[in-house]
Amino acid sequence: MATVVVQRPKLKWHEKWFISTLAKGLLITLGHAIAILRGKKKVTMQYPEEKWDAHLPDHYRGAPALVTDEHGRERCVSCQLCEFICPPRAITIIPEEIPSTDPWAKVEKRPRLFNIDMIRCIYCGMCEEVCPEQAIFLRKDYAITGLSRAEMVHDKKRLYEIGGVREGLVNKWNDLK
Amino acid sequence: MGSFLDSINLAFIIAAAVKIVFFSFMVILPMVAYSVYAERRVSAIIQDRVGPNRTGIPLTLFGGKKDIALAGLIQPLADGLKFFLKEDFTPAHVKKFYYWLAPALVMVPAMMTAAVVPFGSELDLSWLAKLGVEGAWLHKPIKAVIADLNVGPLYIFAIASLGVYGIVLAGWSSNSKYPFLGGVRSTSQMISYEIALGLSIIPVLMIFGDLNLSKIAQYQDKNGWLLLPLWGEGLTLKRLVLWIPVFISFVIFVVAMFAETNRAPFDLPECETELVAGYHTEYSSMKFALFFMGEYAAMIIGSGLAVTLFLGGWSIPFGAPLGLGYVEGATPIWLGLLHIGCFLAKVVCFIIFFIWVRWTLPRFRYDQLMKLGWLVMFELALANVILTAALMVWLPN
Repeated sequence: MATVVVQRPKLKWHEKWFISTLAKGLLITLGHAIAILRGKKKVTMQYPEEKWDAHLPDHYRGAPALVTDEHGRERCVSCQLCEFICPPRAITIIPEEIPSTDPWAKVEKRPRLFNIDMIRCIYCGMCEEVCPEQAIFLRKDYAITGLSRAEMVHDKKRLYEIGGVREGLVNKWNDLK
Repeated sequence: MGSFLDSINLAFIIAAAVKIVFFSFMVILPMVAYSVYAERRVSAIIQDRVGPNRTGIPLTLFGGKKDIALAGLIQPLADGLKFFLKEDFTPAHVKKFYYWLAPALVMVPAMMTAAVVPFGSELDLSWLAKLGVEGAWLHKPIKAVIADLNVGPLYIFAIASLGVYGIVLAGWSSNSKYPFLGGVRSTSQMISYEIALGLSIIPVLMIFGDLNLSKIAQYQDKNGWLLLPLWGEGLTLKRLVLWIPVFISFVIFVVAMFAETNRAPFDLPECETELVAGYHTEYSSMKFALFFMGEYAAMIIGSGLAVTLFLGGWSIPFGAPLGLGYVEGATPIWLGLLHIGCFLAKVVCFIIFFIWVRWTLPRFRYDQLMKLGWLVMFELALANVILTAALMVWLPN
């Protein structure tokens, strides 16, 4: 193995005694300070006023939500695959039978209760991946806040509110969601 | 007994009390609070960040629509409030008496040294007579210094060096390894740099021939600052040549001052990377705040002393030729206030410089620090005394 001998820089006397190096260092920090003060350089985004929303990438994974199709039918058929695959077990589903009077009675099942605990959710997107009915999607909402634990549980109503309507067949493996 | 009571000058005592309240509580303590704010903002802009820019008037708490941000100027109040609300925890393993004593021993000497720093020329109160106030004391201008001692710098060094006891006691009484190491480092550091600090101002005192800080400031007001001897009698060849040792003095003084106040690059007693938080690791709440405030108060007084000795104290640059100089007993009130403002402005610039250096230089290694202190600063200061003496003897007036 070849040995590389590191060449230490030969310091001049004024560099050794911190004279020129001190001035150099002070100039560097002053340069940064002036650039920031003059607004030439901007790194920090002032969060609630300025947001990154417009620049979110297409594959961004935000809060999971349920969607209805173009007829207003809820797509979820309560197969509970998402509940079982969910790594942090954030999803709770209680299925119910669709009554025979309902126009969509032949779908047979729908969720009576569909809760996603957003404190538990890790935004992994496995629910979306596993869903055979293309009923659950990760949206771009990321600022999920609440004043209590109960508030942080998204129930069915809230999930459909976030999700909205998704028409036609969704090619969920495409970039577009 | 009667003669003793007669000898008490009531007006003098009241004036001193008013000056103490004004300078310590209305100038130094707010300056301490705001230098913490300045530290945070300046470090932020140096590191391309923003810093605390939001703490303002929380109107939304009172039903308003929007908070007023004020560029975060209320942040020091919030910081102080936070310290009051923190749990004041005393670990079971500490030596209680010394543990409680240490924070006071850091803060008190720092505040006490403020007594001899002249923060302005003098305030003429005779305009109060027009408002119907009576008394003979009105017509004698009040000197803007709490105690007009004839041993100013000596007093400051004597009291300021007591501050090391606070740190040592804190490190020792905490009874755990990091504070102990911090305390030990601090002792050796402060003691070694005190020598250079003391020696560095000897040339200055030789030039002034006076230990009274007010007189030093007055002299500089008339004859040009020590580092800017460009007016009055300052234009003589002797003063201009003496500028060289004075500059060396200034550099040694400032470096030793950094070490003395435990500021970066000499903040070894509390270096976070090795010693958690150094001597105040075991402290919380207001006791920690006292250490923090003591450090900044020492920094402000140190800047005040450096400004007074080298940069003309309260005097306005080119004040005497411009007619803004101090004339004993005949300085109008607005000029007196302007002098106070000038002093504070200089101190603020110095503090900004302190902060700027802190966020520029990396910390010295412990052996480098000791080497610099004992092998460079000490000798340089001694040689500088001799150089100044030689120049003063050989140069014609």
